Amino acid sequence: MAEFWRWKEYNWKDPDKDWKTAKMITAGIDVGSVSSQAVIATDGELYAYSSMRTGSNSPDSARKALEWALQDTGMKQENIQYVVGTGYGRVNVPFANKAITEIACHARGANFMAGNSVRTILDMGGQDCKAIHCDEKGKVTNFLMNDKCAAGTGRGMEVIADLLAVPIEQVGELSFNVPEEPEPVSSTCVVFAKSEAMGLLKDGWTKSKVLAAYCLAMAKRVSELLERIGVEKEFFITGGIAKNAGVVKRLEQVIGISAVQSKYDSQLAGALGAALFGQALLQKEKAAGKVA
Amino acid sequence: MLANYGYKDGSGEYFVTIDTDKCTSCPHHGCIDGCPEHIYEMITDDYDDNVSAVRRDVRNTLKYLCAACKPTTGRGVLPCMAACTPGAITHSW
Amino acid sequence: MITAGIDVGAKTIKVVLLDGGKILAKTSVLAGFETEQSVEEAYKEALAKAGIERSAVGKVGATGAGRKAVAFAQTVVTEVSADAQGAVFLHPSARTVIDVGAEEGRGIKTNADGKVVDFAVNEKCAAGAGAFTESMARALEVTLAQFGDISLKSNKSIPMNAQCTVFAESEVVSLIHSNTSKEDIARAVHDAIASRISAMVRRVGLEQDVILVGGVAYNIGFLDSIKRTLGIENVVVPQDPEYVGALGAAVVAGAAGN
Repeated sequence: MAEFWRWKEYNWKDPDKDWKTAKMITAGIDVGSVSSQAVIATDGELYAYSSMRTGSNSPDSARKALEWALQDTGMKQENIQYVVGTGYGRVNVPFANKAITEIACHARGANFMAGNSVRTILDMGGQDCKAIHCDEKGKVTNFLMNDKCAAGTGRGMEVIADLLAVPIEQVGELSFNVPEEPEPVSSTCVVFAKSEAMGLLKDGWTKSKVLAAYCLAMAKRVSELLERIGVEKEFFITGGIAKNAGVVKRLEQVIGISAVQSKYDSQLAGALGAALFGQALLQKEKAAGKVA
Repeated sequence: MLANYGYKDGSGEYFVTIDTDKCTSCPHHGCIDGCPEHIYEMITDDYDDNVSAVRRDVRNTLKYLCAACKPTTGRGVLPCMAACTPGAITHSW
Repeated sequence: MITAGIDVGAKTIKVVLLDGGKILAKTSVLAGFETEQSVEEAYKEALAKAGIERSAVGKVGATGAGRKAVAFAQTVVTEVSADAQGAVFLHPSARTVIDVGAEEGRGIKTNADGKVVDFAVNEKCAAGAGAFTESMARALEVTLAQFGDISLKSNKSIPMNAQCTVFAESEVVSLIHSNTSKEDIARAVHDAIASRISAMVRRVGLEQDVILVGGVAYNIGFLDSIKRTLGIENVVVPQDPEYVGALGAAVVAGAAGN
């Protein structure tokens, strides 16, 4: 099976920061079904991070992601005072002080990455779709997660891209290569949408036109999920979908709101939120005199 | 917080929503024993509130689990909603 | 009077010619791009099989998702009504009709006259229809007939976690990789879809006799699972279960003529 959103494994550290002067060092580890991220925060600011493929073993993936984020920083794992695990594999982060759901972490991370005026967050990954409404502090006020049905997830897009033999990273660009926007694919169910797409090809539709029709169907589908939690400005998108302009542009048109941009990689939202949760929890423990 | 548990698929939308602000005010959480399919459980959520939630292992089968309480004709008040005195539970279908 | 019933389904068009209580002919053709043309083809084939002229048919009834494509029908009925009529015609003591086709599942409660008392439909999601078993059989690389057979050889219940056909395909692949036997996987698949159909049947209220119709009724693995999930010994499967809708349409057309 082709891979959903193509992305690179990488790590980064802030060259202008000296972690040794920090009062509080926390880490967030997001072990997802496809990729894992580790973020190290010093005094509530982003210091270093890594993003890599999740292996078959969650504890291993968590450890490797953290090791890679630590690389070339001179920092050791024991220098980190508080670790929060999140994502599918969050309960499998052996060195975590606490596990927090990806819903809460994404909201907190988005609040940091795109500013405290963010109210609506869409996270669309390879196998699920999350819609979150939050307040100015990044606290969740309304949420839903859909991981039952492949429609509206990266997997649904993958099935259609496979059918058309189009590399997934080209879907967005190709979908705009149409003289005018076609009607969306009418079936929600991916199995039926695939049959429908086969019929459209037989009718002489170009691949681009089929992709346009499916991207629009996906945008509509996601907008329905967003409506349940209430769409409010500002709107921020995280996860793999952020990289597919074919869906994002159409979604912005359907809901009538443009997504805010962030200078940070949208994949970091979960791990960053987890590290910030860690910061708050550490502060609380310090205040209670539990730790030095 | 409004916690929506469930899903949407081609056939429809199946969400059970718990208003955690109302739920925390409840002393007895009648939903836990009130649901014949035992879909609810008590959790400590991300903000350290003790609230009821739909069990993770049943979130993707609510359409079928809740079917017994939702006959096509003659549907009465759902037992979980009747047992929830603060009125924190709603069903989308 | 000879009546005709035409069921214009998502994948096939079925025609039944009925003379009073006797079935004269049954035909089925794949639905092509031009539905009206396929309907014509199926109808002509049925007439030829019965050895009668078009003018010998007194009334024509149409049903199925594409029933509007039968321009020459005098009576048009929903699939649910046609199912109930057809089922009671074949098996007078039937009170619950379960129809599982390629793209839809239905649970229908009927009275002794074949009138619908209540019904529930699962549509637009492949997980509750025959498309689910078809996909899983493909993933296991067995034919649908083999899929039913091997399911009966398993006596172990393993749960399937994925509820979506697309995700379930991956789950079946990983079950194969973890050396779960094809027999046990087949049973897990049939149990999964049977539990979804059973939930729908319970919404209308289970009353015996139960009759299973639609293309999936041929699948003996599904039949075994549905008996188990409904907790009953006897589920009637008529001969040619996929023609019950067309038969019902022919019955209704005849009744409308009286």
